[in-house]
Amino acid sequence: MDYVKAFVVGGLICVVIQILMDNTKLMPGRIMVLLVVTGSILGAVGIYQPFADWAGAGATVPLLGFGNSLWKGVWKSIGEDGFLGIFKGGFTASSVGISGALIFGYLGSVIFKPRMKS
Amino acid sequence: MEINKKAYEAYVKEVTPVNKRWPNIFRAFLVGGIICTLGQISTNLFIDGGLEKEVASAWTTLILIASSVILTGLNIYPKIVKFGGAGALVPITGFANSVVAPAVEFKSEGQIFGIGCKIFTIAGPVILYGILSSWILGVIAYVLMAFGIL
Repeated sequence: MDYVKAFVVGGLICVVIQILMDNTKLMPGRIMVLLVVTGSILGAVGIYQPFADWAGAGATVPLLGFGNSLWKGVWKSIGEDGFLGIFKGGFTASSVGISGALIFGYLGSVIFKPRMKS
Repeated sequence: MEINKKAYEAYVKEVTPVNKRWPNIFRAFLVGGIICTLGQISTNLFIDGGLEKEVASAWTTLILIASSVILTGLNIYPKIVKFGGAGALVPITGFANSVVAPAVEFKSEGQIFGIGCKIFTIAGPVILYGILSSWILGVIAYVLMAFGIL
């Protein structure tokens, strides 16, 4: 059941974005920014976390989930450090994703050679 | 002139291919669904191994990113993007692809201005606006709490 939910929910989120891309010609960079910002807004208004608890990886693997975890980090940090927490929580919560992407990305650039685009 | 303009718009709309729309949607659903299912399998395996849900999904994030970097380096992920469209861009693997792809492409321009700058081509805007938007929301929440509304 977990897998069906992840497949259908994750798939549907991608369908919504595919429709958006086909109708607006938005480039991938804008799409990704849009997803992360939307995710953090949906997190802040209290929608995304219950949705993610239900849908599992279908909601956490898309970049919307990255935005939601940014918000979660900020919210948690406000509870611990007050005003300073607003500056702290976002990076704390997204640290694994950002460090992972940068470090593996760097290693990838050392190991792999550029190829002609097909 | 107004009439001509409208007629032209109608003509453009008519000749613009829309027949690819449904296959695009189906392939986005398929690819996005598969990537998220792989994420769920990985998360469940870590949970079965005794990890908490949050930790399990952090490990899953790392594994998905590493897989995407390897598939990008082997020139396989670009093919998945070509086939799956948004299905390959929306998941965290699409983000990882957009980090490593320009870093590899511009490595000949050197460590600083090649890899160092280009690795942030997409990651830069995503991190900036993600951090900024969550900061703004944090300020709003903080103010609402200070006034006792939240």
